[in-house]
Amino acid sequence: MKIWDLHCHLTGVTGTTPEERMAQLIAIADRMGIERLCVYMGIPWSLDPSPETFRKENDQVLRAIGKFPLRTFGFVYLNPKHVEASLAELERCVANGPMVGVKLWVAEHCNAPELDPIIRRAAELNAVIFQHTWFNITGGKPGESTPNEFAELAARHPSVPLICGHTGGDWELGIRAIRHLKNVYADLAGSDPVAGYTEMAVRELGAERVLYGSDAGGRSFASQLAKVYGADISDDARRLIFSENLKRLLLPILNAKGIPV
Amino acid sequence: MNSTDPRLQAECLRHVSRRGFLQAAATVTAEIAFQTSRAPGAEASAGAIIDTNVFLGQWPFRHEVLNSTAALVARLRANGVAEAWAGSFDALLHKDISSVNARLAQECQRNGDGLLVPVGAINPMLPGWEEDLRRCVENHRMPAIRLHPNYHGYRLDAPVFERVLALADERNLLVQISVIMEDERTIHPLVNVPPTDTAPLSAALEKFPKMRLQLLNSFRTLRGLPVLSLAARGVRFEIATLEQVAGIATLLEKFPPQNLCFGSYAPFFYLESAKLKLQESALNPAQMQALCFDNARRLSGR
Repeated sequence: MKIWDLHCHLTGVTGTTPEERMAQLIAIADRMGIERLCVYMGIPWSLDPSPETFRKENDQVLRAIGKFPLRTFGFVYLNPKHVEASLAELERCVANGPMVGVKLWVAEHCNAPELDPIIRRAAELNAVIFQHTWFNITGGKPGESTPNEFAELAARHPSVPLICGHTGGDWELGIRAIRHLKNVYADLAGSDPVAGYTEMAVRELGAERVLYGSDAGGRSFASQLAKVYGADISDDARRLIFSENLKRLLLPILNAKGIPV
Repeated sequence: MNSTDPRLQAECLRHVSRRGFLQAAATVTAEIAFQTSRAPGAEASAGAIIDTNVFLGQWPFRHEVLNSTAALVARLRANGVAEAWAGSFDALLHKDISSVNARLAQECQRNGDGLLVPVGAINPMLPGWEEDLRRCVENHRMPAIRLHPNYHGYRLDAPVFERVLALADERNLLVQISVIMEDERTIHPLVNVPPTDTAPLSAALEKFPKMRLQLLNSFRTLRGLPVLSLAARGVRFEIATLEQVAGIATLLEKFPPQNLCFGSYAPFFYLESAKLKLQESALNPAQMQALCFDNARRLSGR
């Protein structure tokens, strides 16, 4: 069963360069049978990066994926508080570079109108768009988006596939928040391997809208793979979640860039 | 087993467990093949496993997928688990802990298929809790007790906690302390339970140098030096909430290997999470054997 990991970072492993960290991550991924890794954000992380900072982080990712072009995909990290600079970075890394997706984190709530031009341009490029979300009863980070806010964004762009990062963490709420939005996909990554998560996602969204990701290296590949291996779902659903859904989303931009699958 | 002597019971359990270990061998062989086909790359595969962290009963906020003892036992066995130490979710909120523990013992005996070891809960904030502890030992022949200080509302520097340790020490019981039951960010808002604060634990253990104590679900909130400090005091841990890629191998670079046990936190967590962690880290056969079986066997006092 092929496994493509939607959600990886260069953290949680040692190494003095992005290339070294990527090599370590791939070596561990090999132990778990993971074929491809989507990577975004550099070291150290910045919650609200300036254009200079997100360019620096994206440069690190470019180095990491440049060393392993057949194993990795890069997503460009942007900050909607700096729209023009983000659009320019999108051109540099995706339109004119090897990256194939967009990562939006916690700099700005994702229902803000500043996201719209970024989403529109990313959609024109067929870039896969990933927005972090969390329902956090302890308060969360400033600018952290909930799946409810994400649903507002997705409703404004009904023809653009959008990935709801972490499915809100509190997945029983997150799945409910996005289930009516057919353009929205659920990312399983980055939360505890609580039993029932994947079963509910498949039941409420359909297996075609569920994506495996790990949030490695801070998270264990194992704990996140278990959400799919351990779920009471069909093998067909497992195949979709592990790689086929992500492959379907990425295929237009991979084909356009001539990246082999 | 009719004896009320916990040391004799422990000896009997050792034989029961050994039999389970041997019976599990064939299953484990099949499991290795299964595992290899699903997630290739393991250099060292697990033999029979003692799972130190499972639960029966009803989680209050969700219908568990593995919602029967039989289903849980079948899943444990399919993953090479020869023995599992089971507490009860009911102990978190029920006031009649005596009944919770009696049902747990009965369920393990009736439907545990020789695999489940009941671990009774003690809530020292309840009147007459000492009688619950006596029943755990004498009526239910439990070799261990499980504490939930955060759910039951006491700190580890409270005099009542010292009293629990004293009685457990007197009875030669293993003490398990649950640090969290779920990610504090996603907990039900009406049950806003903070993680158990383990900072006072080292001091509390000074009076009980031979105490066998294990923290469950600890690695989300407890990391770095506090972990090493508690390990130096002899505190054992388990891997259910251990995250980071190759997390076991990374932890073992500094952590005493004899202090780490296998724990899945099934059925709350997918059991496969802990199992796959054995594959994610490059462990040598000795490390694997210690983590999966030997450390828990020593911890159980057998």
